[in-house]
Amino acid sequence: MALEFKNVVKRVGADIHIYPTDLTIEPGGFNILLGTTLSGKTSLIQLMAGLEHPTSGEVWFDGKDVTGVSVQKRNVSMVHQQFINYPNFSVYDNIASPLKVARMSKADIKARVGQVAELLKLTPMLDRRPLELSGGQQQRTALARALVKDSDLVLLDEPLANLDYKLREELRDELPKMFKGRGATVVYATSEPGEALLLGGHTAALHEGRVTQFGETARVYRQPQDLISAQVFSDPPINTCRVTKRDGRFHLNGTSSWPVGPAHAALSDGPFVMAIRPHQVTPAEMAPPAEAVRVEGTVLVTELSGSESVVRFNLEGDTWISQSQGIHAAPVGTRAAFHVDTSQCLYFNVEDHRIAV
Amino acid sequence: MARKTTNQKAWFLVVPVVVLVAFNAVIPLMTVVNYSVQETFGDNVFFWEGVKWYEQVLHSARFHASLLRQITFTGIILAIEIPLGVAIALTMPKKGFWVSVCLVLMALPLLIPWNVVGAMWNIYALPELGLLGRIINGLGINYNFTQQPIAAWFTTIMMDVWHWTSLVVLLAYAGLRSIPDAYYQAAKIDGASGWAVFRHIQLPKMKRVLTIAILLRFMDSFMIYTEPFVLTGGGPGNSTTFLSIDLVKVALGQFDLGPAAAMSLIYFLIVLLTSWVFYTLMMKNEEQ
Repeated sequence: MALEFKNVVKRVGADIHIYPTDLTIEPGGFNILLGTTLSGKTSLIQLMAGLEHPTSGEVWFDGKDVTGVSVQKRNVSMVHQQFINYPNFSVYDNIASPLKVARMSKADIKARVGQVAELLKLTPMLDRRPLELSGGQQQRTALARALVKDSDLVLLDEPLANLDYKLREELRDELPKMFKGRGATVVYATSEPGEALLLGGHTAALHEGRVTQFGETARVYRQPQDLISAQVFSDPPINTCRVTKRDGRFHLNGTSSWPVGPAHAALSDGPFVMAIRPHQVTPAEMAPPAEAVRVEGTVLVTELSGSESVVRFNLEGDTWISQSQGIHAAPVGTRAAFHVDTSQCLYFNVEDHRIAV
Repeated sequence: MARKTTNQKAWFLVVPVVVLVAFNAVIPLMTVVNYSVQETFGDNVFFWEGVKWYEQVLHSARFHASLLRQITFTGIILAIEIPLGVAIALTMPKKGFWVSVCLVLMALPLLIPWNVVGAMWNIYALPELGLLGRIINGLGINYNFTQQPIAAWFTTIMMDVWHWTSLVVLLAYAGLRSIPDAYYQAAKIDGASGWAVFRHIQLPKMKRVLTIAILLRFMDSFMIYTEPFVLTGGGPGNSTTFLSIDLVKVALGQFDLGPAAAMSLIYFLIVLLTSWVFYTLMMKNEEQ
């Protein structure tokens, strides 16, 4: 069932939480709201749920205008970042709570709860209270409450953010399976680009109360429409610098230049903002990519994890990040050379930061 | 092998605490224990009496009567103040200008000295002069708290409710404010009723603060002295003579130091034991 926002605005006092937004979310499947804190993810989720109502504009669901319809009548379920369960109910009663309100028969409730508990590996804990469970199990209980009633719309507001790393990975792998074949539209808010890529589906990039881009996750990642969307969808932050197109080549401050590829041949000569993801900037000692240009900068910080090196360096006044496999210890303060994969460079207009075509 | 050096000077560091605790708790308490097992005459002459005073107090009809009065009083004010405090906390605004107004209004009774509260209510409830007294009598009800035990009880309870419900309100309000909005949203999505939200979210989440509120109100009301002393002086007759008032009558009025000391210790143990049992039960319940 499609969820549609028509020119929706949300204002709270003098603050605008959501700027005019048009958004059509495809029925079924995973939809991701990707943005940093305060980008408007939670506001959008609340509007989708009907917990908040738009200041202006309309919300349509399944071909019906539901703008003023209260949350109880919308058949939605929601999981919050905090682990929200009824504290003095057992896990069983927690999972059963939406069904009890819906006055389902005892036998049906038992069957449904059993099934969902099995799926979420909660069967051994059904008699316990939420506070006796680990964080992961508490959140599984909350997820089970969202799954047990056949909602048309399932809203997940950073459900994994409060879990520790291992549990987060485990639950993230299971999430798409849980919702598979249920026909519910799932909306998942996250601040982690990596999570969006792993979950797939569609992604809306959000920035300061605006949806900057919406489309298939991989497409939004590979073909950002503007610099903001590219920045939202990059972790560590995407590298940017000014380049000038002249004589069939892009020039980086006269020091480096590379030929313009066929995709950008039609661009007029002049300045552009070039953006490149950190993992496409590799230390010079590694084998260069097929289309590469060499740049040099002063090393600011080097972070070495077990299998990965992250080097921050100053490139002509811009702070750039190189993220590469293996250990590449570049001493802080020295000049170091890197290869930029020019086949992956994105070019944006200088004026409006839209993608240059 | 290195010899372990001992430095006894460290004992000096704990001297201040030892002195403080001694003067503030141990010595006064032991003095009372001392009195409770001896007969005292003038010129500090003592005779060993063993548990005689304890037996006397525990078998005295007067002590039983005060204890019963005390338990009844504490039971009544807990039954009124806890639900009333929670109810008021639930109706208080959640944000905006009125929050501070409500909080200040609620805190006001708590800031008034106890004997002033007693004096205030004394004047307020006087049948001839007081606003409350005149209104009740104006309604055709014969009301005089200096002569009728029931009126005296009514006035004492009203006074305590007025003075102390705020404490429960403030604690319950703090408990309510600490519940994340997400709980209410989750309940809304489930379609839970207002009663269900109260019963299954607000009440369990307020459990800790309410435990504290009940404990504080139990201990305070069980030891109540100043307010009824000023309001009724324990009267009419003995009708509002609660344990503390009775204790002072025995100790200072009759100068029966032995029985008074024994009574103090029994009194102390009752408060301590009840609080301990209550707290343990609540916390045990929490763990399950």
